This record gives sequence, C-alpha cells and structure tokens, in this order.
Amino acid sequence: MKKLTLSVGKFFTTIWNKISSFYVYKVSVVFEKIGHALVHNFIIRIVGLKLIIFGFIKIDITRKRREAFYGYMFILLWILGYLVFTLYPTFYSLYLSMHEAYYNLEDGIVTTYVGFQNYLNIFRSQTLLPLFGSYLGKMVIAVPLVVVFSIMIAVLINNPIKLKGFWRTIFFLPVVISTGPVINELANQDATSLPSLQDSSILIYISENLGPWIANPLETLLTSMLLILWYAGIPILIFLAGLQKIDKSIYEAAAIDGASPWDRFWKITLPSIQPLVGVAIIYIVVSMSLFVELGGILDIARTHMLVGAPDSTFWHGYGFAAAIAWIYFFLMVIVMSIFVGVISIRRKEK
Amino acid sequence: MKKIDYKTFRNKAKRFMFGMNFVDGFIYKIVIYTLLISFSYIYLYPVLFMLVNSFMSVDDLINPGIKWIPSALQFENYTRAIQVLELPKSIITTTAYVLKVSLAVTISSAIIGYGFAKFNFPLKKVLFGLMLATFILPTQVTMVANMLVFRNLGLMSTQNALVLPAIFGQGINAAIYILIFYQFFKTIPGVLMESAEVDGASHLKIFLKIAIPLAIPSIIIVFLFSFVWYWNETFITALYVGGQVTLPLKLQAFRASYSTLFPPGTPGSELNEAILLAGNMLAILPLLVLYFIAQRYFVESIDRTGITGE
Repeated sequence: MKKLTLSVGKFFTTIWNKISSFYVYKVSVVFEKIGHALVHNFIIRIVGLKLIIFGFIKIDITRKRREAFYGYMFILLWILGYLVFTLYPTFYSLYLSMHEAYYNLEDGIVTTYVGFQNYLNIFRSQTLLPLFGSYLGKMVIAVPLVVVFSIMIAVLINNPIKLKGFWRTIFFLPVVISTGPVINELANQDATSLPSLQDSSILIYISENLGPWIANPLETLLTSMLLILWYAGIPILIFLAGLQKIDKSIYEAAAIDGASPWDRFWKITLPSIQPLVGVAIIYIVVSMSLFVELGGILDIARTHMLVGAPDSTFWHGYGFAAAIAWIYFFLMVIVMSIFVGVISIRRKEK
Repeated sequence: MKKIDYKTFRNKAKRFMFGMNFVDGFIYKIVIYTLLISFSYIYLYPVLFMLVNSFMSVDDLINPGIKWIPSALQFENYTRAIQVLELPKSIITTTAYVLKVSLAVTISSAIIGYGFAKFNFPLKKVLFGLMLATFILPTQVTMVANMLVFRNLGLMSTQNALVLPAIFGQGINAAIYILIFYQFFKTIPGVLMESAEVDGASHLKIFLKIAIPLAIPSIIIVFLFSFVWYWNETFITALYVGGQVTLPLKLQAFRASYSTLFPPGTPGSELNEAILLAGNMLAILPLLVLYFIAQRYFVESIDRTGITGE
C-alpha cells in the first residue's frame, strides 16, 4: 500500500516537474519577451526612469505620473462607458431634436433639418403642454411635502423607541416597493389615497372655490397622497444618517442651559441636517420625474419613438421624442435649481 | 399626614408624566408612538390592501360591505397567478438576469470608486463632476439616441443592452453606487496602501487583497440596492431588452392583454383584479424576502457607506 501511494506521488511529482520546467523554460520566457517588447520597441521605450515615445518624446517617470496612470487605468472603464453610452447619446439626441428623424430599414436613420420646429410643435400641442404644466405644479407642491415628511419620520425613528428594528422595517418598505410596477397597480386600484382624505369635503370645497390652475394640482396631490409620501424612502435614510452624526453632547449642553425639546429641535437638529436637504431634494425630484405613468410625458415620448408608421398623424418620429425628453430634462433641472437655490439663500442670511 | 401624601403623589405623577426633562416622560412617549403608528399606516395600507384583496373572490370585491376581511380565503387567485406568470420558470430567469446586471454594476462601480478615491490625476474633479451629473441626466432623457446606439452595436432586444452599460459604469443609478464606494474608500487610511506598495504589491493586488475585503459592507449595500432597482425597473428594461424578461414585465403584459379583453367598466373587469394583485404580491415577494433577510444591511450600513453624498 505504501509503495502504491509512493509511486502515485512520484508519478505526480514527475508530471508536475515536467509542467513547471516547461512553464519556466518555454512559456514564461515568451511572456517575458512579449513584455519586454511591449516597453522596448520603437514606439515606446523605457530607459532607466525615462519613457521614450517615438524616439524623441522623453517623459520622466515620476511617482506622481505613475499614480495618475494607474488612476486613469482604474476609471478607464467609466470613461469609455461615459463616452459611448452617455456623452455621445446626449449630443446625438440634441442633434436629433432639431431634425425630423425616422428610421428606415434600408438607410437607417433619415434626418432632415427643421431647426426648432419640434420644440415649437410641443408648445403648440394640446396634450403635451398641460402635461408639462401639471408636472411643474405637482413638483412645486409635492417636493417640500416629501422633505418635511421624511424629516419628521427620521426624527421620530431616531428617538429611543422600543422595537426599533420593527419600525425601521416598516418605514423603509418604500425603498423596496415604490420604484416598481406595484405602485402603478395600486394607482389603478385607487389605493394610493387614504380613504378618509378622499371622502372628505375638502376636495369638493377646493374644486368649487379655487381656480382650476391651483385646484387641479391640489386635487391630484390629495388624491395621490400615499403615492407622494411613498417617495420618502431614500430621503428618510439620508436624514437618518445625518441625524446619527449629530453629537449627543450638544443636546446635553443645551438641556443643561435650559433649552426645551422644542428649542433643541429647531436650534440644533434642523440646522445640522440642513445641508442634507439639498441632496434629498435632488433625489426626490429625479425619482419623482422618472416615475413613468401611463399617459405621462415619458410614456408619450416612448410612443412617438416606437409606435406607428411615418404617415400616421400620431407619430412624429425620433426628433419629436428627443425634443420632449430635452424639455422634460430642462424643467427637471429648473425645479431642482429653484428648490436648492431657495435653501441656500436662506442659509446665507444667517 | 394626608397633605404630605398628596404632595408626594402629585410630584410622582408629574415625574411620571413629564419625566426629568420632558423627553423621557410618559406624555412624550404617547405622542411618539401615536405618530409612529399613524405614519406606519400610510406605508402599510397599500401592502395590506394588496394582500387582503388578493385573497378575495369576485363577489367580495364587488360587495361594498366587505372591505378588509374576505368572506373566504381564495387561494385560487394565487394558483391562477402562478399559471399566468409561469412562476417557477420565470422567477429563475428573472433572478438570473437581475443577478447578472447587478453583479456587473457592483463590480464596475467598486473599481471606478476606488480609482476616484485613491488616485490623484489631472482632470479628476471635472470627471467626478461629470460622473455625478449622470445621476441628474437620466437614461430616460437620452433614450432616443441610446436606442439608436444600441441598434448600431447590435445590442437591441438582447440582455446585453443593459449588461454592457452596467459593466462600463453607466447602469441605472450607477452614480449613486460609485459615490457610495468613493465615500467608503476615502475613509481607508492611505498608509495601508503605501505599506503594501513598499512591500512590492502592484496596484491591482492592493485593490484585490486590501481594499475589497475591507469594503464588504458597501459591496453588500450596493448589490442589494442595484438588485432591487433592476428588479423593479420596467420602463428601460421593456424599451431596450423588450419582451417579458422580468416578472414585473410579465405582469404588465398580462394586465395589458386582459384590459383589451375586458375594458375597465365592463362586467368581467373585476374578475382579474384579485388575480392581478396576487401576481403583484408574487412579483415583489422575492424582494420582500430579501429585504427582511438583509434589513440590517439596508438600514445600518447607510451612514457607514455615506449614501448621503456629503
């Protein structure tokens, strides 16, 4: 038995020796030569601590430059992706939005220059313009609401409460659910509003006594209250992280000096999470804008991109869709910058 | 004797109600818990609504007297939903696809975040700003041109249309993930890397042997978030990959085909409501399970990884 194992071991060692010697004397030599050739050819040469390109461009290899090289190597993936999947499409869609563009099986994309015609058509459109208007109205009302609501919940959870994990599980449910089609389904089932809110006479009062320009956004706000508050998922996380970074001793010092809990909230808690409000606003605006509802702006853009034949009156091709997307994006940026601007103005006054 | 008793009693009651400095008193606690319960109703209501209605029969759905407790549990809804969604098979394909994409996103954003955090190179600030701007400039805005790019690359209607951008750090919400890794790698002291470098390790080796093992909490966080977000993303997936790749997309297709058969308002349109809700429950069930298992990571690692983007 011992003999057998010994012979088996011997057999493997001989094979391994052969493989390793083959690797050392044949393969790795080739690799070394390839590596040497890569840095010692006519185009790139390394002599001492000098990198020579084309024989006449001489670059000193310093630690700083080596670090920069490795840094670029690490983010090379992102740079390539950015150029191909983001930068080029951005400019191309800008280009398309000024053209009338259709897809043709033989020639690919056929474009004819129309200038700002697409944008003008959007502003003339009977269906799109009210949609943009209601989008703005919804944003102006909903974003502050979500911010206030998420600050409230974050402060509540941050209290020393029993069953902390249980409450957190409930309040972070939107992180899992709100991005999905589940919300669409709930909206279809009329489950996005609190029943008591929907039945109350406030709605009737609002729609009867106020002009439609303010009544409509308010009405949609009240009827889709839950839907809006469900966007508070990530903002709650953001504010909670901010709250946990506040030093406990500040509260103690304030309490000793006689500050009431009410004062402590306004004078300590709010100012210290104020820088996070901007981040939260950007997040809320983006996630609310990207929610695709049936018949919404993004849905219409997709329809113009995909459906129909060129002779159909409902189909305006890629250019029109690109123009819709760009106007939508600009509105998004405007809303964002207004909100963030308002907050930073208030900070400067202090 | 009686007077003193009354006084101590009053003091004790006051102490009990208001505590030492109001915050630890009974009244404050009542207010806190009332607020918590009423707010949690907002988040639980849709889920409960979905759960209850998915067990209702058609009679219960139409009957206005029945709101919360169905007269009989209708498990048939679930068997039908399983049939419609082709469940055991479709859950595997969905998971396989989402795993592929979210793993690609996690790995690529770890590499990119490390590059931004640990190296100094010219134009770093500009590139970082551009990276953050991709969050505000969403895929939906560039979708028109992106579709043509994918068509030219021959990626249209294949899963690669989402996997390739994910590999190159341009996936959905990739800026957030890169930011999370950036924040984390910033906190690792550079001395660690330098000592490894002195010992002769290459940068790749430092990244694999030192940075990655330290970053496991952030990796879990990013993986979970990307998993959830890719699972729930229907607009982009339907546009680029098409067909019925994921469970939510299958559900959408089912709803669309059903509503063409029975438009809302006609008799028979209520018939599928319960089945649809059952399907919805099934579609988010994997996410809910994942969420309850990994809840700790969702919640606790947030401030450690710095999603706040300060």
